[in-house]
Amino acid sequence: MEKVIELKDVWVRYGNQVILEAVNLEIEKPEGLLGIIGPNGGGKTTLLKVFLGLLKPYRGNVKLFGKTPEKSRDLVGYVPQYKRFDFDFPISVWEVVLTGRMSHTGFLKKYGDEDKKAAEEALKTVEMFQYKDRQIGQLSGGQRQRVFIARALATNPKLLLLDEPNSGLDPHMQDELYRLLDRLKNDMAIIMVTHDLSAVSVYVDKIACLNRKLHYHNSKEIRVEDLEATYQCPVELIAHGVPHRVLDKHNGGS
Amino acid sequence: MFELLQYSFVQNALAASVLASIACGIIGVYVVVKKIVFISGGIAHASFGGIGLGYYLDINPMFGVLPFSILSALVMGTVSKKSKIPEDSAIGILWSLGMAIGIIFVYLTPGYAPDLMTYLFGNILTVPRFDIYLMLALDLVIVGAVYLFYKEFLSLCFDEEFTTVQGVPTQKLYLLLLCIIALTIVVLIKVVGIILVIALLTIPATLSRKFTHDLKRMMLISTLFGTVISVAGIGLSYVLDVPSGATIILVLSFVYGLVAFVMEMLEGRGVLN
Repeated sequence: MEKVIELKDVWVRYGNQVILEAVNLEIEKPEGLLGIIGPNGGGKTTLLKVFLGLLKPYRGNVKLFGKTPEKSRDLVGYVPQYKRFDFDFPISVWEVVLTGRMSHTGFLKKYGDEDKKAAEEALKTVEMFQYKDRQIGQLSGGQRQRVFIARALATNPKLLLLDEPNSGLDPHMQDELYRLLDRLKNDMAIIMVTHDLSAVSVYVDKIACLNRKLHYHNSKEIRVEDLEATYQCPVELIAHGVPHRVLDKHNGGS
Repeated sequence: MFELLQYSFVQNALAASVLASIACGIIGVYVVVKKIVFISGGIAHASFGGIGLGYYLDINPMFGVLPFSILSALVMGTVSKKSKIPEDSAIGILWSLGMAIGIIFVYLTPGYAPDLMTYLFGNILTVPRFDIYLMLALDLVIVGAVYLFYKEFLSLCFDEEFTTVQGVPTQKLYLLLLCIIALTIVVLIKVVGIILVIALLTIPATLSRKFTHDLKRMMLISTLFGTVISVAGIGLSYVLDVPSGATIILVLSFVYGLVAFVMEMLEGRGVLN
């Protein structure tokens, strides 16, 4: 069985600024939800772009399913940051989700029955099929986010990448989103990046901390020193409001 | 009024305005939704270099502007994305560079440059039959390309990054879109001239957006709108004896303002009710 992700000593920089430093990450299991937390500007989106092959590291090696990111694109679903979009754009929910099929349909071909079936299934998975003819701007924030997840699912991914999927959603919608991811994680590996520590909820299986360097111990517990290294501030506060213990017992009380 | 239709220059003018409205109705929608008005204006103005080249080489300026506008589109599309300076600065530089080249070529051309003004400001009443055929051919290329690449262009305009992740060569596709915009500009030059082309690429499409949320319907509505307005503009310019290109733009802007105003009023009332 191929590893889902294998990053070895990956370095990325913009100009002279190092954004990612010596990042190593291995994901072997083809299911489960990994949460990557870290402050804004810590390199979270950059790391996702490395997974997607949109950014080339100047040092190190990236493999997805044993292949280069460019060659594994039909196995990867991507939900970009929500605030990037122009919601006035003249496009319907159905058309948005179909664009997730392009890696399968091929150039210059019209969408076929298989594409339409996959799009329909994806919309039903996120419970948005009844809205398929709506223009994208006529939906609520939570509904739009579901549509973008459906677009990623239409690819039939084995790896789903989400960039700050909880931003702009109220707590109720966030919870619905996590429940959806919780269902999906049985069928695929999911990586979600966020700066919001409360996203580290019961549904996350493993947690990594990212601020230029990636702290990851293949577990759900975060060590206090990792968090402090990541956020560079005292971390006692974050234990509040989290509906599940994420701090290791031995360190939690100190 | 109907006896006017017997004149071949009137027939040509009507044919030209319909062909121009098809091109700008379809491509204007992409220009507006992808928010590439500025780079389109840059391609249009830089194409003046091709007009000057045509005069200098003593060929039909349309054959100078055709390759030159494509070249402008490719250079602008590449430089604005790849260079380290901000995209709008790069476009501004190339915009004026192309015009400067055109001015030098016109200066170097011996003798007087006849109907130079018609390329700058358009004159639909003097469109020769040959140019009509050229416009028809370009329209066919434009419609064909949009038909073939419809799903790719839609995805590119909505979310370029996601389209790349889907394995579509988005940089090449973007350059293709700019080349099609360049062809559209060539179709429009005789109608309103290089200076005013951008109005035809933006106003009908922006107006159509008020009536539908569907890209295909936007293309249809803006084509119809452009046809009606440009024919009305030609009629008005003939009656008032004022330049046709500018009249078309004035009528377009007036109708747009009127529709926008009325719709705001209606929406305001809807809120009150």
